[in-house]
Amino acid sequence: MIAELGQAALILAFVVALLQAVLGFAGVAVRDPVFHRFARSGALVQFVLVATAFACLTALFAVSDFSVLVVAQNSHTLKPLIYKLSGVWGNHEGSMLLWALILTRSDAALSLFARHVAPRLITLTFSVQSLVTAAFLAFLIFTSNPFARLWPAPLDGADLNPLLQDPGLATHPPMLYAGYVGFSITFSFAVAALIEGRVDARWARIVRPWALTAWTFLTIGIALGASWAYYELGWGGWWAWDPVENASLMPWLAGTAFIHSLRVMEKRDTLKAWTILLALVTFSLSLVGTFLVRSGVITSVHAFAVDPQRGVFILGILLLVIGGSLALYGLRAGHLKPTGVFAEVSRESTLLVNNLFLAAACALVFFGTFYPLFITTVSDETISIGAPFYHATFIPMMAVLFLLIPVSAMLAWKRGKLGPVARKLTPAFIAAIAAGLIALWVAEREAVAGAIGTALAVWVGLGVLLDLKSRLKLFEIDLSASWARAKRLPAAIWGMIVAHLGIAVLIFAVTGVSAWKDEASAFLMPGQSMELDGYVIELVGVERSDRENFVSQAGTLAISRDGRELGEMVAERRFYPVREMATTESAIRARLDGDLYVTIGEGVEGRGWVVHAYIYPLAVWLWIGAALLALGGLLALGDRGRRALSARAPAARDVELG
Amino acid sequence: MGRWLAFMPLVLFAVLAVYFGMGLREDPGAIPSQLIDEPLPAFELAPVAGAEAGLANADLAGQVSLLNVFGSWCPPCAIEHPMLMQIARSGVVPIYGIDWRDTPEAGAAWLERHGNPYTAVGLDPDSHLAIDLGITGAPESFLIDRDGRVRYRHVGIITDTDWTQTLLPLIRELKAE
Repeated sequence: MIAELGQAALILAFVVALLQAVLGFAGVAVRDPVFHRFARSGALVQFVLVATAFACLTALFAVSDFSVLVVAQNSHTLKPLIYKLSGVWGNHEGSMLLWALILTRSDAALSLFARHVAPRLITLTFSVQSLVTAAFLAFLIFTSNPFARLWPAPLDGADLNPLLQDPGLATHPPMLYAGYVGFSITFSFAVAALIEGRVDARWARIVRPWALTAWTFLTIGIALGASWAYYELGWGGWWAWDPVENASLMPWLAGTAFIHSLRVMEKRDTLKAWTILLALVTFSLSLVGTFLVRSGVITSVHAFAVDPQRGVFILGILLLVIGGSLALYGLRAGHLKPTGVFAEVSRESTLLVNNLFLAAACALVFFGTFYPLFITTVSDETISIGAPFYHATFIPMMAVLFLLIPVSAMLAWKRGKLGPVARKLTPAFIAAIAAGLIALWVAEREAVAGAIGTALAVWVGLGVLLDLKSRLKLFEIDLSASWARAKRLPAAIWGMIVAHLGIAVLIFAVTGVSAWKDEASAFLMPGQSMELDGYVIELVGVERSDRENFVSQAGTLAISRDGRELGEMVAERRFYPVREMATTESAIRARLDGDLYVTIGEGVEGRGWVVHAYIYPLAVWLWIGAALLALGGLLALGDRGRRALSARAPAARDVELG
Repeated sequence: MGRWLAFMPLVLFAVLAVYFGMGLREDPGAIPSQLIDEPLPAFELAPVAGAEAGLANADLAGQVSLLNVFGSWCPPCAIEHPMLMQIARSGVVPIYGIDWRDTPEAGAAWLERHGNPYTAVGLDPDSHLAIDLGITGAPESFLIDRDGRVRYRHVGIITDTDWTQTLLPLIRELKAE
């Protein structure tokens, strides 16, 4: 009964979405305000319907109704309730329903919060958005029905993959999807602007909060995914250049370029065609990312669905959404004339260079991800592209980009002078060189890479702080006067500074984790110990116990350093009988200067248990850096630029009422 | 900006779409035609840390075997591993492992942590054998017949269904030959 209710809600939502798309386009053509009002309410109705369907599926998982195929395949009565619930999106059908839920939720948010937008623009935006939603819902209903029944119903479910029973995994997909889908709003605005053939600084100001929201969610989503891999996979791998990781990185890179060029457009009314193209490309990459990894074109751990029929449907959606929007771009981009001009040395030009670098980096990742596919398609050769490719290409490119960050932030709009900027940044330059030399001296491994990374981190971090200092005239005028300037500084600037500091922190953390890591392993009997970088790790004992849905083997380890007791850690191995699968629960001693990461393996008669210890210097800063990035996005969201938008609002509202 | 330049993104996407379409038609599990029924390329792989012998062609001679490509860096391999353990326990077919793009220590650690279903394991750190075999990603598995020829290729995780419906019947057939 619940399943049928959900099914009906889903079909109704599909009908409403189709209706809204058609009526919206028609309404813009005949200029009737009734259509505009339908656009807003239609968005809300879609959201309520899809939310109902999602609630139904959640209820089915909660009560373990195994007569529903998806539940039977992905749940189990013995599983803790929270993982029953996260199991809703731990499979293909459910995750697609979550996609649709978040899509219609942003749609509803648009309907509630996007005031003061010209009615034609907003109605067109809703229509494009509804078209995307309709395509999605069709995909769900026709090829991935989450409410399909199974008869006879099995007595118990087939469990959820234990690797996926983790709080990180429960929160990672919703965040990531909120990012992907958030960019659908900016995409729809861009298509609407292309249809109108007009785009200006005001458009940029309307779109900016949506772009920043999506970017912030995507940042958090990627960080959660990386931390899940770090904690759960048992060897501290946080980024492996896996196709699915790349799939989230590509829209992030394009989206980062987009929020920067959007700023240029808002401030200087230029780079219009480029910004619109970035809006289209960012969402296109989100679509390609979510779908191609799911269609079996590229195999990966996350590829839940390997089914050619779905693949054809997905390709159809891609052709419609991406092909359609890019064709429109080809026809209309010529109409988007810039009014602002800028010199070669100006903030605009450095931001354009930033954009080109990000776009190139994104293209590189795209190439690395899909090149094996191209090769197998045109010949019988097969090749693989792994981390070395990205280390040799992506990382140098990003390094050059990072060099630009402090310079760009300090240059004036329109026409800047390099001289004063160079003077202001001299301390950062000297400090960076010094830090690099110190790193070269201190590091025991990978000295050169470590030195470059350290220098770069110091350059960016100090450069950003010097920029802040000069903005506040700190130590040049009274502290109280500086404080007053700090309070007047726009939120967007604070956002930029915090996010760029996050980048500096990330550079340092990545350098530490990848260049200076160390590991050791040994067989230990209780009472025996091993050593790693001054740490002495003693196996105290191993205990077996039966838990709710797994068997646990927990090893207690006593840690000491230079004769000083540092306490005990517990590393665990879990065996899940239903799937005959083991997972590692690492023991991690996280400190600001680095993590001590210990795992315990299977016991071997007469030799003891194999204990692996890793040192990951600065690992904590990966998460702190990512948090700073997200905080920067949030701060920029609160910018008062929005107030200026409502100042001109009455005119827009009159049009809407009239 | 030239009028034509604005169409460049569309053209690029069109080219991509053609590839995606062709990629979809390709069965990801289909083997490149020149490898099937051909003898395995010659190889002699080093052992993982702590093991005495690595893996060479000679090890596979005279029996039907399953050749599995894995790596300690590969999350899907962790998901596939219990299935390999189950196959090894059933004793139907010996499994030989190619530890791809791995260090001897990481490979040994992996086997100790997750259990060792392999009769023998060889390291392929520089992808020499992997390229000869045309590996697209790990895990990947091959069925090798008594004469050392590749008879079937499986891309991706071996699931319960793959084992019972495809691999097991094929192994029985190959054994009966």
